[in-house]
Amino acid sequence: MSAVTTRTTCPYCGVGCGVNAVVENDAVSVAGDAAHPSNLGSLCSKGTALADTVGLDGRLLHPMVDGRRASWDDALDEVAARFGEIIAEHGPDAVAFYVSGQLLTEDYYVANKLMKGYIGSANIDTNSRLCMSSAVAGHKRAFGEDVVPGCYEDLEIADLVVLVGSNTAWCHPVVYQRIVAAQEHDPNKKLVVIDPRRTATAEGADLHLPLAPGTDVHLFNGLLAYLADQGSTSDLPDAEDAVAEARNMGDIAAVAAACGMDADTVSAFFELFAATERTVTVFSQGVNQSSAGTDKVNAIINCHLLTDRIGKPGACPFSITGQPNAMGGREVGGLSSTLAAHIGFDGADRVQRFWDSPTIAREPGLKAVELFEAIERGEVKAVWIMATNPLVSLPHADRAKRALEACEFVAVSDCMRHTDTVDRAHVLLPAAAWAEKSGTVTNSERIISRQRAFLPMPGAARADWDIVCDVARRMGFDGFDFDSPAAIFREHAALTAFENDGQRVLNLDGLADLSDDDYDTLKPLRWPVHSTQALRAAGAMAVQQDSRRLFADGVYPTSDGKAHLVAVTPRGPANAVSDQWPLALNTGRVRDHWHTMTRTAKSARLAAHIPEPFVEVHPRDAERYGVADGALAAVSTTLGEAHVRVIVTAGQREGSLFVPMHWNDQFAARARVGALANPAVCPISGEPEFKHTPAAIAPFEAAWHGFILASRPLLLAAEASIDYWVKVPGERFYRYEIAGLHTPGDWAATARSWIGVGERTADWLEAADTAGGRYRAAHMDAGHIEACVFVAPEPAALPDRSWLASLFTGEPVAEDERIGLLAGRPADPGADPGPQVCSCFGVGRNTIARAINNDGLTSVAAVGEALEAGTNCGSCKPEIAALIEAQAGE
Amino acid sequence: MRETATQPKLDLVVIGNGMAGVRTLEHVLEAEPERYNVTVFGAEPHASYNRIMLSPVLAGDKAFEEIETHGRDWYDDHGIALYTGEAVVAIDRRRRMVVSDTGREIGYDRLLLATGSTPFILPVPGHTLAGVISFRDIGDVHRMVEASEKGGKAVVIGGGLLGLEAAYGLHRRGMEVTIVHLMETLMERQLDPAAAELLQYSLAQRGLSFRMGAKTAAILGDEAGRVTGLRFDDADASEIAADIVVMAVGIRPNVELAKTAGLYCEKGIVVNDTMQTYDPRIYAVGECVEHRHAVYGLVAPLWDQAKVCANHLAQRGHSHYGGSTTATQLKVTGIDVYSAGDFADAESTEALTFSDVRRGVYKRIVLRDDRIVGVVLYGDTRDGGWYFKLMREGVDVSDFRDLLLFGPAYLPDDSAAAEAA
Repeated sequence: MSAVTTRTTCPYCGVGCGVNAVVENDAVSVAGDAAHPSNLGSLCSKGTALADTVGLDGRLLHPMVDGRRASWDDALDEVAARFGEIIAEHGPDAVAFYVSGQLLTEDYYVANKLMKGYIGSANIDTNSRLCMSSAVAGHKRAFGEDVVPGCYEDLEIADLVVLVGSNTAWCHPVVYQRIVAAQEHDPNKKLVVIDPRRTATAEGADLHLPLAPGTDVHLFNGLLAYLADQGSTSDLPDAEDAVAEARNMGDIAAVAAACGMDADTVSAFFELFAATERTVTVFSQGVNQSSAGTDKVNAIINCHLLTDRIGKPGACPFSITGQPNAMGGREVGGLSSTLAAHIGFDGADRVQRFWDSPTIAREPGLKAVELFEAIERGEVKAVWIMATNPLVSLPHADRAKRALEACEFVAVSDCMRHTDTVDRAHVLLPAAAWAEKSGTVTNSERIISRQRAFLPMPGAARADWDIVCDVARRMGFDGFDFDSPAAIFREHAALTAFENDGQRVLNLDGLADLSDDDYDTLKPLRWPVHSTQALRAAGAMAVQQDSRRLFADGVYPTSDGKAHLVAVTPRGPANAVSDQWPLALNTGRVRDHWHTMTRTAKSARLAAHIPEPFVEVHPRDAERYGVADGALAAVSTTLGEAHVRVIVTAGQREGSLFVPMHWNDQFAARARVGALANPAVCPISGEPEFKHTPAAIAPFEAAWHGFILASRPLLLAAEASIDYWVKVPGERFYRYEIAGLHTPGDWAATARSWIGVGERTADWLEAADTAGGRYRAAHMDAGHIEACVFVAPEPAALPDRSWLASLFTGEPVAEDERIGLLAGRPADPGADPGPQVCSCFGVGRNTIARAINNDGLTSVAAVGEALEAGTNCGSCKPEIAALIEAQAGE
Repeated sequence: MRETATQPKLDLVVIGNGMAGVRTLEHVLEAEPERYNVTVFGAEPHASYNRIMLSPVLAGDKAFEEIETHGRDWYDDHGIALYTGEAVVAIDRRRRMVVSDTGREIGYDRLLLATGSTPFILPVPGHTLAGVISFRDIGDVHRMVEASEKGGKAVVIGGGLLGLEAAYGLHRRGMEVTIVHLMETLMERQLDPAAAELLQYSLAQRGLSFRMGAKTAAILGDEAGRVTGLRFDDADASEIAADIVVMAVGIRPNVELAKTAGLYCEKGIVVNDTMQTYDPRIYAVGECVEHRHAVYGLVAPLWDQAKVCANHLAQRGHSHYGGSTTATQLKVTGIDVYSAGDFADAESTEALTFSDVRRGVYKRIVLRDDRIVGVVLYGDTRDGGWYFKLMREGVDVSDFRDLLLFGPAYLPDDSAAAEAA
């Protein structure tokens, strides 16, 4: 069979990279699409590993009702009936949808249409609320519409790129690589990173501003006042007010004090910003996820408006989104705070007219955090969750858990059989996964790309749009007789253009009549997309508008046609630290995991980069609170506790902790950081303050530490002897990091129980040092390793996992090497690659360090040449650079 | 300027032509070849041979010639008067004379007792029957080989090192062998129960039978005074048939001659740290000796003692014997057993164990204060010497305790312990 290549789009972050998926003899491989304008052929480590994630392990393949397999008819009838009954009895606001930036625009569109136009409530909110709703609100206040004015090219043109609250190197690696490449080309270009943490991104910056958490408004107000002092003026409305408010920050010394930095650093940044016309300020979750998120966004935009740095090549404020289709969701109106197609609730009649729907929501609905509070109170009695895992991702996640447990009816559409959320559904609807989905997504630079199916739908799975339309029809609604995503897209495009006489920038008029064939072959294109007729009507006949940059003409979709500065007053986080909760808990992503790991955990090479949930602690805090690097700690807030591995690093700000957001009950005993995060939200956007929860840290006093490698998954949650576990999927094995508060009396029996080896005749080798608290065992079968267990009193006393993991090949272990299994290392230490650094080529730390040492390599490029490490996605380059530096220092 | 050249030679008499005596002589000759006129008496009619290699001879793996260590020409070359097959029967300490069973009298300035040990014979009824054999010297081996040529059944009393080697040798020579052992586990002085169980399993696999925890009540014989079997001291007085019975239940230091001469003896001839008996002209080495309450039945302590004793006979006078750490290896083809030191559990000790059931490998390292005090290796004894060295030198193993069980090959290259390998 010959190879079939399908052009599609990456399902991870909001960069929106084009991917060529190749299917040959049932084997899938992926590569970056060189023709896609957003990535020009590059992919990051996660994108590169996409082929690892398309397997059917753990997939939900059949509908289920109350834990039993059911037919689609029964499952969909149940959803339609229960929603119908509850709406009939309690009204439309007693039901809700909680959807996702993972949905395609077409899925989103029909879900939004069903809730707002047919059920008649605006209780549809999305997980995008948790990551960029502050940007939405900030854009609306400044521009009148939720519009990102720039494009990625601006990052390359700019002479100064300022990254605020964004670990771009890890979270949007392809964009970061574009910035780095442009700066390598022209050393005069500068990169400034504003982040309390010294992240991988900050490592590569010309200037890092490690500001105190939550002081972004302080800093940008200070900057605004400075710019005004330097002579920047604007006749925009509210400019004077904004500047006047900003002047309250005082001089640079006062700003620096407020932000917890030294004045020289702040001064250097201000001077650079003031002097550099072509400046792009990129902001992300570090700005948005705050109780002052919207004000932070406007504080940044203010600086660009005052200096007129917007709508120009290389100059704009730039929100980068976290999810593949957060933007598409915003465009259809999937947030409860907008209606549809960038039309607010004041345009309800217009939308109802377009839909010809029986009803229309006229008021904003519940935002994510409020929604789950309402579910807990019993006000919302039925919820349908699509393609998201709120029991992990919401703040105060244990309350969300209680809410779902108490909820009368929970339907979940998902592609996975088990997630923390799926496990609490009454009805489970098997949805298509990335490789099977067809539709469109919009990325952070307004590029609409096709996501195309390249694998058949497995089992009974169906597309989300198809499931939603079927339920709508079963509820007795017209308007859902779509036979394809193309048909839905045409209607969506038509709505954006409907009665749009230039009041809304979002206009897909030129796509409203797209044929099915044209839809199938649609190349990536940036909105707005005006039809020839529309342009002619607007008097722009011969000129095809350049949609790369918006607002170049200074005209905004506001009532007065102008952009608005917003006077913003600095304020601290909603909940301040205290004696009892003295540390600021920050959450975020790691390089090689995505959200709640349902997809990335399928890839062994991704899981290997950072195998365990961790907390980053500043050395002085580590000493103060008695936690040691590599040991376990209990991080707690008033809401919950997590047990994670300690990383002591000066890159972490003193007084702050960082815990990644990804781990959940499927992968760890107790590491859902969402359960710890306070549900304080921005009063304007409703976005939760994930970046600042008052917290405490203490040692997790484990009596023993260990790990298990096993060829099949184990159920350690049921083992009373294990108090801490983390599951790390590997290539042909599963790795479990474990620890316990009490030492079992009989290690052999305990270890056999963990692995499920009862029979005494099993091929079992063990090494025990009971008094020393050490136990090691391996279970062999027909000469190959089935499982091994290592236990020691201290984490540092355990051998490296990578060599042992490399033995899980299914091939027999040589007789004279059996003893080496329990030694945990090859007799020849040269064979040990060490922990993985480069996910793309599977290159370990020891291998790189040896090459640097032995071959005298002095640059990342030289390492790349020698070992390939860092030559694909480049995400590990900062780590390779650090290794070179470390070796040089020795 | 050698002072000795001007001094008259002294007379050194060695009683016992076994390994300990001859090794001592070798050292003396190395250090001071002109110091003594040497006379050696050996009760056995051979020149010296390596007694610990008797088992391979029994098993047919080696010929006697291969285990001879010193032929008569060696004695001639060194001007040593050798009297084999001639036992010394008295020591006249007053006259400084020894008297042999042929009436030969030889005077001495220094006397070295290396009389070895005698196998212990259970004093049960029938222990003098023909076909009851001990396992001590080449004569015993010849008797066993001769008996085995007729095939039949052998019973070996004693499941210690010697008993197992005898049993294995007889089995190799075609006899049907049962080992009768008083204790519940084999080689209980060298092996912990886990290793002993593996050993028994492995020997059983090879066709040996066992009666464990069995006490012998009597050896049975026919009218001609030949062995026919064994009766046990158990509830039903069970019996087992036997064409020969090998007694391998231990040895006794050979102290009769010393005692008669009025030298102080307890279990053995008591010596001090310079290997001198209570008569400072008379030295003693080997299995006949008791030093600091310890009596040794293994070869390594003999070497240590010989070195010290020779040092003093050579009048160097600066070396001391502080006792030996002992290691045992079982010489049964294909079964590797190594044991050294004290491996029993005690409150002050900590044990590290390794087992690989399928490969039949077992290790037990016993530590006290992070220093090795005992080692038992079964199935894989490659690293025995390394552990023994760490134990003897009292090396603190705390830095590599987690890797100790796996041997020097698994230690980081730069560690001191790996270099010791």
